Amino acid sequence: MTAPSDAERRAAEEKRLRTVWATPKGWRYLSAVNNTEVGVWYGGTAFVFMLFAGCLALLVRAQLAVPENDLVSADLYNQTFTLHGTVMMFLFAVPIFEAVAIYLLPAMLGAREMPFPRLGAFGFWSFFLGGIFVCGSIFFGAAPSAGWFMYPPLATDEEFTGIGADIWLLGLSFIEVASIAAAVEIIVGVMKCRAPGMRINLMPLFAWYLLIVAGMILFAFPPLIAGDLLFEMQRMFDWPFFDAERGGDPLLWQHLFWIFGHPEVYIIFLPSIAILAMIVPTFSGRPIVGYSWIVLAAVGTGFLSFGLWVHHMFATGLPQISLAFFSAASEAVAIPTGVQIFVFLATMLAGRVTRSTPMLFGTGGVAIFVIGGLTGVMVALAPFDWQAHDTYFVVAHLHYVLAGGMLFPVVAGIYYWWPLVSGRMLSDRVGRIAFWTMFAGFNLAFFPMHLAGLWGMPRRVFVYPAEAGLGLVNLLSSIGAAIFAAGVLVVVFDVLRPKRGAVAPDNPWNAGTLEWAAQADETWGLRSIPRIESRYPVWEQPDLVAELRAGNGYLPDAEEGRREALITSVLDAAPEQVLRVAGPSWLPLASAITLGGVFIALTFHWWLTTLVFAVLFPIPLLTWIWTGTAEIPEKPAKPIGRGETLPLYVSGQSAVGWWGMFITMTGDATAFASLVFGYFFYWTITPDLAAGHEGPGPLWPMLATALVLLAWAATVAARSWNRGGAPGLARLALIAGAAFSLCGAAAGLAGPWAAGLDPTAHVYPATVWVIVIWTVAHVAVGLVMQIYCVARGVAGRLTPAHDADLRNTTLYFHFLAATAIVAFAVVGLFPLAL
Amino acid sequence: MFHLLPREIESLWTLFTAPVIWAAHFLLCYVAAAFACARGIDLALVRLGVAGATAVALGGIVVAGMLAWRQWGFGSGDPPHDEPTRKERLLFQGFATLLLCGLSFAAVVFEALPAVFLADCRP
Repeated sequence: MTAPSDAERRAAEEKRLRTVWATPKGWRYLSAVNNTEVGVWYGGTAFVFMLFAGCLALLVRAQLAVPENDLVSADLYNQTFTLHGTVMMFLFAVPIFEAVAIYLLPAMLGAREMPFPRLGAFGFWSFFLGGIFVCGSIFFGAAPSAGWFMYPPLATDEEFTGIGADIWLLGLSFIEVASIAAAVEIIVGVMKCRAPGMRINLMPLFAWYLLIVAGMILFAFPPLIAGDLLFEMQRMFDWPFFDAERGGDPLLWQHLFWIFGHPEVYIIFLPSIAILAMIVPTFSGRPIVGYSWIVLAAVGTGFLSFGLWVHHMFATGLPQISLAFFSAASEAVAIPTGVQIFVFLATMLAGRVTRSTPMLFGTGGVAIFVIGGLTGVMVALAPFDWQAHDTYFVVAHLHYVLAGGMLFPVVAGIYYWWPLVSGRMLSDRVGRIAFWTMFAGFNLAFFPMHLAGLWGMPRRVFVYPAEAGLGLVNLLSSIGAAIFAAGVLVVVFDVLRPKRGAVAPDNPWNAGTLEWAAQADETWGLRSIPRIESRYPVWEQPDLVAELRAGNGYLPDAEEGRREALITSVLDAAPEQVLRVAGPSWLPLASAITLGGVFIALTFHWWLTTLVFAVLFPIPLLTWIWTGTAEIPEKPAKPIGRGETLPLYVSGQSAVGWWGMFITMTGDATAFASLVFGYFFYWTITPDLAAGHEGPGPLWPMLATALVLLAWAATVAARSWNRGGAPGLARLALIAGAAFSLCGAAAGLAGPWAAGLDPTAHVYPATVWVIVIWTVAHVAVGLVMQIYCVARGVAGRLTPAHDADLRNTTLYFHFLAATAIVAFAVVGLFPLAL
Repeated sequence: MFHLLPREIESLWTLFTAPVIWAAHFLLCYVAAAFACARGIDLALVRLGVAGATAVALGGIVVAGMLAWRQWGFGSGDPPHDEPTRKERLLFQGFATLLLCGLSFAAVVFEALPAVFLADCRP
């Protein structure tokens, strides 16, 4: 018997890879979890939501085209502009970046897949279901109508806002879950899934931006989740967090909303600039000038953007010195923002620019963005803002920023990467028509709004009198909006039109980054994984594409019939592990449907249905975790090619699961910190916080702290005993730990319960309750994790050598212990210090 | 043997030192002023505090900048630092960290200015 020839071996490898990475057919297609499927669904859905919100905008412009128009009622108008803003921000701008990231990141990093494909699919389905729920509400006249930032006391008034505010709060809370899931996926993907050799100084700039943006999500979205929780408790159970009569303060919502809301603008903007950072070098025919400067800009903007939130609140009567701190940061953020634009200009000047549709949209977008940025510097000055606040000047500013900083670059990205997504080229001619139509329409629509605003036209009015002299500028804006929409339709037409025969060549733009080594007609991403030695490997490593397609890179085969990815180290991308990633599954969809059921049933106060879904949700979730994570491999290690062998199982800090837990808990800690911030916010404005109400006293909270710390100690001990080869003892410790958790939760609740705190009476008892309930809910989750580890041990899925579950549970308990110490010290001890 | 600068740390997180100092300084200034104004505490105290905090923050950023400068080989090599070696990766980290120190320094100075010019809590 002779050995198979090289060609036969390769053919066999490709056959196995194709089988392993095959997309499910027929109705099973919906069980796909691969990044190329989920990315396309994500992007397509976000784009459809954008078109829907665009139609709402056209309705707004039609109503405002002439003075004293009666096309729509005041209430429908309120619903229309509220939903327009909400959908554009939450269902288009943020998800489209998640879509682009999920689709492109693996290819750019030289990975076959994101580290948690099922989490990505779960995020998509949560977004899809929540989005349809929120958008659909307008067809029942039940859409939110209090503005996209839902200010109380208007939005907490059930009579004025009806069910719309609940739909906003619960629908979006559900979608925020998807954003946090995407953040976990992106951070772990960028840090741990890069191709071997792709050190952090060689990472594509897109990955740098996405890493920063995902980190921002962890600190920006949780305050909104905490705010949503307080808001919904007020609407549903009359807990008076924002009711001034009972010690609450509507301003707290504004703080929590804008601590999220302003960074969100940069969460939207940075990924779009990241698209330009990939496009500009390609069409300049040279590497980017000032790679480190881009990193400076991304990191600097990421941080400074958190110091801007009060500039949305300049007109709320805060002391001028407070406003000035935020004004200063708002001016400072212009520095890193400007740096990026100069880097692009320098790259274009140093290279030879090729004209193309992506560049047209990119540079046109930058031009629009610069105008929006300049008006931004104007409104960042408090005295100017007092004049322009709540006028159309602000509407003009924010649309210049978002369209120039997001929409145009995204269309540039569509034209640039479409050949990679579909294997077909979009038309350059149609693209140019689309660009000039959109560019002209946009400026005609939004530039006159600066004037309308300066002449005194307020935002969110559904009619204006003829004698105000605003008719002409509004008519121009409406005509411009229609032209702009026509341009968008041209893009839609170009994407959807049949493109027979127009097969795109490999790497049609002659780009230098790794995603262009992927093959559009194969599902495996990269045929094999290369070793990276430059920032633009396709340009600078001439044999790379041929070599990796010949299967001469890492992981060229799938002998065991499993989807596999390489895990590498954070700084130098040294190979560490072969990760078996998940294949198609219905569990993410089932989890999303049951969780969505909880949120949707809550909206309508269907308590029994809520309970049913809340009981159902853990079933697919736990099945998913039990069957799909921390699997003990059939052998400890496997060869990955080029003479290297890597382990199949790692736990602790090298494992992606550990990182996933760490990142999730960082976001969770931010939400908790926001609740504690609320407590001290109330105390700052009223020194007599309790206002005569009896607190929970120190006894029960301190007992609860001690019990949670015992549960923590038992878990830590279980981890070391298990490591040391005594799994039986470890299980006993976990059972004791679970008992401590249970008692700790009970003691935590006993404090406010025994004191008879009535959360509807005043904001003080309400705040104590919400902090205690948050902590106890986390203890309950910890309890489930302890029991889960015991069960895994009994089932033989957790052993001394394979302890990922226990390591992750311990990490969770570190966070839980810190949460309990802070929470119970705040509610139990702080009142004594007053 | 005594070293003026501590041993070099090899971590991704050092990149964020200066912006974290900026964030801490920013929060401290804002919270102190908001608290003082809500409680009727003399703003002169806050302004003194901001001055002290600014000195500490700027000092911290300068130290971080010196460490970054050392990681960058005291400027011995020019960017782009795109070779596939550990040394180039360290130089890149040093240079990017140094740039961030510069930005953070300017941003901290920006944040201190309101306390120079505003002496009371007027809304």
